[in-house]
Amino acid sequence: MTAMAIRARGLGVTVKKTRLLADVDLDIAAGEWLSIIGPNGAGKSTLLRALAGALRATGSVEIDGRPLEDLTRRERGRMVAWVPQSPTIPVGMRVFDYVLLGRTPHLGPLAPERAEDLDAATAAIEKLDLGHLADRHLDTLSGGELQRAMVGRALAQESPVLLLDEPTSALDLGHQQEVLELLERLRSTGERTIITTMHDLTLAGSFADRLVLLACGEVVEQGSAKQVLTEENLAKYYGARVRVIHEDGRVLVTPELGRSM
Amino acid sequence: MRPAAGRLSWYVGGVLFVFVTCALVLLVGQADLPRGRVLVEAFDRLTPGTIESGLEPIQKSIVWNLRLPRIVLGLTVGAALATAGATFQGVFRNPLADPYFLGVAAGGGFGATIAFVNDWGDGRGLLDGVQVAAFIGALVAVALTWTLGAIGDRRQSTTTLILAGVAVASFFTALQTYLQQRNTEDIREIYVWFLGGLTTQGWSEVIQSAPLALVCIGLLLLAGRTLDVLGVGDDEAGMLGLSVVRTRLLLIVIAALLTATAVAVSGLIAFVGLIVPHTVRLIFGHSYRVVLPMSVLIGASFLVLCDVAARTVGNASEIPIGVVTAFFGAPFFVVILRTANR
Repeated sequence: MTAMAIRARGLGVTVKKTRLLADVDLDIAAGEWLSIIGPNGAGKSTLLRALAGALRATGSVEIDGRPLEDLTRRERGRMVAWVPQSPTIPVGMRVFDYVLLGRTPHLGPLAPERAEDLDAATAAIEKLDLGHLADRHLDTLSGGELQRAMVGRALAQESPVLLLDEPTSALDLGHQQEVLELLERLRSTGERTIITTMHDLTLAGSFADRLVLLACGEVVEQGSAKQVLTEENLAKYYGARVRVIHEDGRVLVTPELGRSM
Repeated sequence: MRPAAGRLSWYVGGVLFVFVTCALVLLVGQADLPRGRVLVEAFDRLTPGTIESGLEPIQKSIVWNLRLPRIVLGLTVGAALATAGATFQGVFRNPLADPYFLGVAAGGGFGATIAFVNDWGDGRGLLDGVQVAAFIGALVAVALTWTLGAIGDRRQSTTTLILAGVAVASFFTALQTYLQQRNTEDIREIYVWFLGGLTTQGWSEVIQSAPLALVCIGLLLLAGRTLDVLGVGDDEAGMLGLSVVRTRLLLIVIAALLTATAVAVSGLIAFVGLIVPHTVRLIFGHSYRVVLPMSVLIGASFLVLCDVAARTVGNASEIPIGVVTAFFGAPFFVVILRTANR
């Protein structure tokens, strides 16, 4: 498996006359990690869903040079895995069976799993340290365990493009780091192109190669963490008073304390 | 690690349970027949070889033309309702779904009522008017529900479909009630049909229902994994490569056809399609790869057992089987619920 490049042109989404996303152009290189940031309601999840082809959008998306609309659903499933922010959790399903569902695009409509599918699911489970939970039911997991199970399903899908909507929002610090480091490893081996939406600007700035700042459905800034995460930008688009500390290629965004409005 | 799958012992046990149930029920009836010989006679008829049971011709006829067809019809209808119920619950991710979802019951009832008031038949025999009308009514109602759902919501979400089903069911119930009130002389017949029952005339009901039911059940048994995929929600199932709307339509068509087949020969038997899949889930787990086949086996034997109670408990007159399924099913379900959650 090798990572694939993504190219979006004029991407727009309008739902019931409300424009959620307008004229977004994006180029994401194969093997890149792009993080979409922006205030609440900026259109981060919408952009991610539009890139996945999970909702009707104007404009075009090409993955590895192939227009998204030319792909069959199964072809798309073999190329793009999507981890939503708030998934539907099937009651009573075992973690292993859930991860195994990631193999669906590799199987015929009525075909059972082959040995390689079981291997892929087992490998994903091991990568995410879910082995001891494999037989547990999804609805008995903690938020963090569930999030890892979802990432596990996406890994079992073995698709070169991985789209994750707020992959760390339910995780504690240790598991946040663990999941992000895993994504970093996947990316660094050249196997996957990764696009995440992130609330935590420090994490987004520390892990992603490039940030795209959305506001009101439009790309207002993109580039390295240093370029995008500036005190002016965050004041202008988030309405936040913060201090941004850049040091050795790392970034720390922290609220300005001591003054109340 | 292995995917969820039934253990062989569950299936073997389930099949044995069905056989034992049938053998015991075969011995129960108003005519007092020698038990061993009844079983030998049934074995003789159902297997290629010839063994003489020693029963008199009239007794043979009771076994072959009365008891056996009724058991086979019970197996067919029970398996059909339980499988259709499990399928609807999976397709709609809704534990309250049952086979009569989406207007099937109201449509079938309206069809049957039309047939009764026009004297198209009495609900028995090969291709009887009531059966045909109930079958068509049930399918028309589902088709209408689907169409309404599609008009109301291009993505055809499950919620829209369920609401469309409620609207269609109310509409057909209104029509049915109007027709029934205008023809009070047929009310008794209509009422009995609505309560459901496994009345047979020889093998004709079995011949009418079993082949189509077997095909539908067979197709649905192949869909266990697909139903598991649908469980993660429409958007995610779509991203996993499933054509959600098309798959849902296909499963609904098969499950509705299966239900309509059962409704045509047995009226409306409440509870089986709701409770059997849930009981199976509580005992054997939630994956549809297991829920579907176990529902077939448990549903079939449950209805045959309820039918024997319906025939024998009320002495001379039969109790409607729907009353029995609910009377025994509800407490049994509560027990299962309590033990499974402990």
